[in-house]
Amino acid sequence: MNELAPAGSPGAASAEVDLRALAADTQVHEVLEELDEALVGLKPVKARVREIAALLLVERARRQLGLLAGSPSLHMSFTGNPGTGKTTVALRMARILHRLGYVRKGHLVAVTRDDLVGQYIGHTAPKTKDVLKKAMGGVLFIDEAYYLYRPENERDYGQEAIEILLQVMENQRDDLVVILAGYADRMDAFFRSNPGLSSRIAHHVEFPDYDAAELEQIALKMLQTMQYRLSPSGLEALREYIPRRMRQPHFANARSMRNALDRARLRQANRLVASRERPLTRDELMTIEAQDLRASRVFAGTAERAGPEA
Amino acid sequence: MRITQGTFSFLPDLTDAQILAQLRYALAQGWAISIETTDDPHPRNCYWDMWGNPLFDLRDAAGVMQEVNACRRAHPNGYVRVNAFDSTRGFETTRLSFIVSRPSDEPGFALTRTEDAGRRIRYTIASYAAGAPEGRRYRSRDGDVG
Repeated sequence: MNELAPAGSPGAASAEVDLRALAADTQVHEVLEELDEALVGLKPVKARVREIAALLLVERARRQLGLLAGSPSLHMSFTGNPGTGKTTVALRMARILHRLGYVRKGHLVAVTRDDLVGQYIGHTAPKTKDVLKKAMGGVLFIDEAYYLYRPENERDYGQEAIEILLQVMENQRDDLVVILAGYADRMDAFFRSNPGLSSRIAHHVEFPDYDAAELEQIALKMLQTMQYRLSPSGLEALREYIPRRMRQPHFANARSMRNALDRARLRQANRLVASRERPLTRDELMTIEAQDLRASRVFAGTAERAGPEA
Repeated sequence: MRITQGTFSFLPDLTDAQILAQLRYALAQGWAISIETTDDPHPRNCYWDMWGNPLFDLRDAAGVMQEVNACRRAHPNGYVRVNAFDSTRGFETTRLSFIVSRPSDEPGFALTRTEDAGRRIRYTIASYAAGAPEGRRYRSRDGDVG
């Protein structure tokens, strides 16, 4: 794809390259800033994304001066609890890599075990290869990658999918980038039992949990994109809601926030329909009141019999 | 005799880089690419064997090239062509079709003349290669089967 420029030897002292111009050229800063703005928290993740962007930029500069620029291995693993933004970051990663010219198309193909592993002998290889072909020129995102490997069943076809994956990860590095994602503890066990896979992944990125302030920010951002807003008392209710929800079982970070807001919208709609004797203003349609949030089971203190989502 | 079928067939054989560029163009147009192979070079032979299913939903040509190379390896002495199908209403047909691999030695065709009523002559051609049964044509010296 990108060939070494034959001209310009490593010794050429006069050769210069303007990194800033190169960065402006690729517009990578826009994507990075977007990442900073759109995603709350996630400091280690953003730092790693910046590092990778810097590395690719330097590689480009080196190539311009005719220095040896082997394409670095960019396969990644994203580990973190549910709802910490693994898929969102993967999507943005595809765009960043595209801007920097590392992948040609910059699309994301998100798959799970079912898309890779077949039902019977001889079914797995074509299935996996099909997915890999579709992902070429972009990023292959394998969610909950540990399901690929089932140690309890030695005839499981997952191993076959892993082997094909490994081969392509090694030999066709500039055709696609593979991102494996999943919960931290199970991913660790997965990598321990597949050392070949672990050693081919250069970047292990951990997604930390959000704290209450970050979750509040996330919730407000979500409301904004849905064109809703909180009344002042509603904001107070949200601030009380978040720590309570965090203590409950099955807490899934940003996903729990989204679910909470979806249910608040439901209650708001119900409230508005109940008061239909008078016309509604634009403001009323947009505002979520404290009562919409406080009706949640989280406030009732009945956490014992709460289902997966209170 | 070099057979000339499909697009670019009067040009020298395309290099892999040129094939990739053509594939990239076809994908950019939103055409679905399929790969076919045969060992019967007759110009009226329009039913070539499919190499796997047509490759739908691809974004990048690298995936197609992988299949082309796999097909070449399996048929080192046969013909391999790439078709690009346009599903747009009004077209719904193959928009591009070109040979990407051919036998190293193409013996050409015999012209047979048949005398018909009133001393009319009817002509037909038959490939020298197609004399052997399918799968045993274009045997190369090292015993590969095309």
